Amino acid sequence: MTALLSLENVSRAFGGLRAVDGVSFGIEAGEILGLIGPNGAGKTTLINVITGVHPANSGRVIYDGRDITRLKPHQIAKLGLSRTFQIVQPFPKMTVLENVAAGALFAGQSPSMAEASREAMEQLRFTGLASVADKPALSLTLAQRKRLEFAKGLAMKPRILMLDEVNAGLNEAEIDDALAMIRKVAEKGVAIVLIEHLLKVVISVSNRIVVLHHGQLIAEGEPSAVLRDPAVVEAYLGAKYAARYGGAS
Amino acid sequence: MKNWLILLAGTGVLALLPLLGDNYLMRLATMVAMYVILAQSWNFIGGLAGYPSFATAGFFGLGAYTSAVLQGMGVPLFASWGAGGLAAVIFSALVGGAILHLRGHYFAIASLVTVEVLREIVNTTPDITGGGMGLNLPIMRMTVAEHATFFFYSMLAVAFACMACAIVVHKSKLGFALRCIQQNEDAANILGVNAYLYKTIGFGFSAVFAGIAGAIYASWVHYIEPPDVFDVLISVKPLVMVLLGGLGTIFGPVIGAFILLTFEEFVWRTFLTVHAAALGVIIVALVLFLPNGVLSLTREKLGLRRRAAGEKR
Amino acid sequence: MIYFQVLANGLILGGLYACIAVGFSLVWGVLNVINILHGTFVVLGAYVAWFAYAYFGIHPFVSVVIAGAILYVIGHAIQAGLINRVIAAPVLITLTLTFGLDLMLNNAMLVAFTADYRQVNLANPLPAIIIGPVFLPGDRVAAMVLAFLLTGLLWRTLRDSKIGRAIVAVRMDREAAALMGVPVARINAITFGIGALMAGAAGALLSIVYPISPINAPIFLGKAFIVCVIGGLGSVPGAMVGGIALGVVEAFGAFWFGPEHALTISFGLLLLLLFVRPGGILGKKGYE
Repeated sequence: MTALLSLENVSRAFGGLRAVDGVSFGIEAGEILGLIGPNGAGKTTLINVITGVHPANSGRVIYDGRDITRLKPHQIAKLGLSRTFQIVQPFPKMTVLENVAAGALFAGQSPSMAEASREAMEQLRFTGLASVADKPALSLTLAQRKRLEFAKGLAMKPRILMLDEVNAGLNEAEIDDALAMIRKVAEKGVAIVLIEHLLKVVISVSNRIVVLHHGQLIAEGEPSAVLRDPAVVEAYLGAKYAARYGGAS
Repeated sequence: MKNWLILLAGTGVLALLPLLGDNYLMRLATMVAMYVILAQSWNFIGGLAGYPSFATAGFFGLGAYTSAVLQGMGVPLFASWGAGGLAAVIFSALVGGAILHLRGHYFAIASLVTVEVLREIVNTTPDITGGGMGLNLPIMRMTVAEHATFFFYSMLAVAFACMACAIVVHKSKLGFALRCIQQNEDAANILGVNAYLYKTIGFGFSAVFAGIAGAIYASWVHYIEPPDVFDVLISVKPLVMVLLGGLGTIFGPVIGAFILLTFEEFVWRTFLTVHAAALGVIIVALVLFLPNGVLSLTREKLGLRRRAAGEKR
Repeated sequence: MIYFQVLANGLILGGLYACIAVGFSLVWGVLNVINILHGTFVVLGAYVAWFAYAYFGIHPFVSVVIAGAILYVIGHAIQAGLINRVIAAPVLITLTLTFGLDLMLNNAMLVAFTADYRQVNLANPLPAIIIGPVFLPGDRVAAMVLAFLLTGLLWRTLRDSKIGRAIVAVRMDREAAALMGVPVARINAITFGIGALMAGAAGALLSIVYPISPINAPIFLGKAFIVCVIGGLGSVPGAMVGGIALGVVEAFGAFWFGPEHALTISFGLLLLLLFVRPGGILGKKGYE
């Protein structure tokens, strides 16, 4: 089976720092891929590379059989790759509805403003934000803003949706809601890339996990197997801990 | 719909002005129309997209000189005005391509510098433009009253076109994109907004009418020189008018134009030597006490929510 | 060998440019305010030196202190009373505010002092310095040395004094600085005051080189801006490098193409730099 999106030996450096270093992996339609790693491992940078915000210095990003390595962010967005931001980025003075409509109009398939508003309303209902549709985005709570990001991403009609820490700062009930939504979206055939700090969350929802450390891919595979990998344990907990417990499980 | 009615009614009332036969009043009305054009032009890029452009004087002066030079070569009046607008648009596309990737202060100053560059070009090409000596335009064979009426209607027509354009743009995909860019350009890009393209188009809109206004102005006053048409105040006044009326609104620039011109007429004439300082006082008072324009006053009175809260600490 | 003379002219010019620009750069970098008043501040400093010399016979090099003190008070008051009220507003608002203030101050100076050019003609000029083929007017060299000393002094102040550290802290992260107990509003006022002080001091030094008139203010503002774009924002070494670079480029430009094109050359350089490296040649990212 050919991957919907595949990274081929992708690298990105900032000055001397190699934030992403020779990473290769693929994603298939309908899959939920967990992207994990310690702080500063290069997870967000990798998303920035894929979406064209910080294009790769070397290597290729292939999407649907097409090389998108050098495309601009807005072109990539139109092709069906959407993302949310770790630090939420709404248009603060626009209404919630307008925020989502922007995604539908510019990246999605909505040809007109009216059509975009209809599409946006649908996504707001799906994410449970319909009641605040006419409020300015800056009046939302953090949990609502995270969901707004999610709704914006969905309105773009993506085939791949990259979620950067959508659960950070949420309580358990809110996380459960979010995971249910993510599963529903994946069932429709959208590939999900989930960047997540809480390992428990990643394991429960992902089909597959990719682990980054110092910009390099150190493990890839089925969740429970990856978490037993000594290299992953070492990356997260340090060498000493790995030597003591790594082989035991 | 409401916006169209207001525009048609307002233009209709103004269009009756020549019936009064007062040339002084007509001159003022022509100035108001010109100010509306300049303010609304700036609003496309400065108000909607949030890019603080100081290039308006460049577009205005370029339009004035293009039309004046062409008229000197025998090109008919209306064609030369159109050419003035066209020259401004072409210039905006060239300059926009170079400076619209800059943000904030950098864009502001770069746009200001483009005006200086144009002025220098005119100054150093006396064979074509008359250089620092200025340029005379062909005198038109009309009575004083005909002259006043002709230029009033010309300026009013362009102001109407400019306002109509603003109404359309505000409702359009372009207007929406520019508002997204104003709010958060990076996020807009990720949402699929081709920011660079929309900014360039917005910049083009801010150029075309200013260029035509410059062309009409040149014919109206018969004589232009670089310090007159490339005056930095031509770049600053639109910004002041839009701030007066309300940033990014459709009729704010009109209100701002009326207020500013009234002020110019009744206050500055009395204190000629300090007219720059008087403008300074307005600007300072405006920024400190009315950052959302006078329209925000009426809105607050009506008890409606202010959209642009958080601009002041 | 004429090139040494041109280079020396450029260096003298560059020292003065650095001194003009460093205060502007500080205000821009720390407060994120483009201070349109800066050029008028420079001219005001030059007037202080001119009046001090004409009426009291005070040498302009001594007036540097007087002009700096007067301008500091004005700057501090403007920031504390006016700009601080809208400091968190978008770029357009603060830029417009300083523009309005500049119209007022510049117009007031035009009325008070007229547009006539004045110049300080020293009764006892320092002897010229002649090194081989290079001829250096003593007073200009002294002005340049003083300009570099002042700039260096500002640098040490920012690095070593408590106030200086607070200014740098505000520049790096306004909110974090506030949380650490830095009185941000007061630091803003002090920063703007120092910016004005440097402008006034530079103006006093310039009074022996340049003709003085309120209508020259935009020229100094333009130079300050270009130096900042060349050198990068908010750093003293950046302003030094930028000032010297602009001075040398202008000197050689005037030598090769004629002095009437000096302005066009600086603007051309500015547009080129904005296009290629909006962060400055030292590569520091601007504070947006």
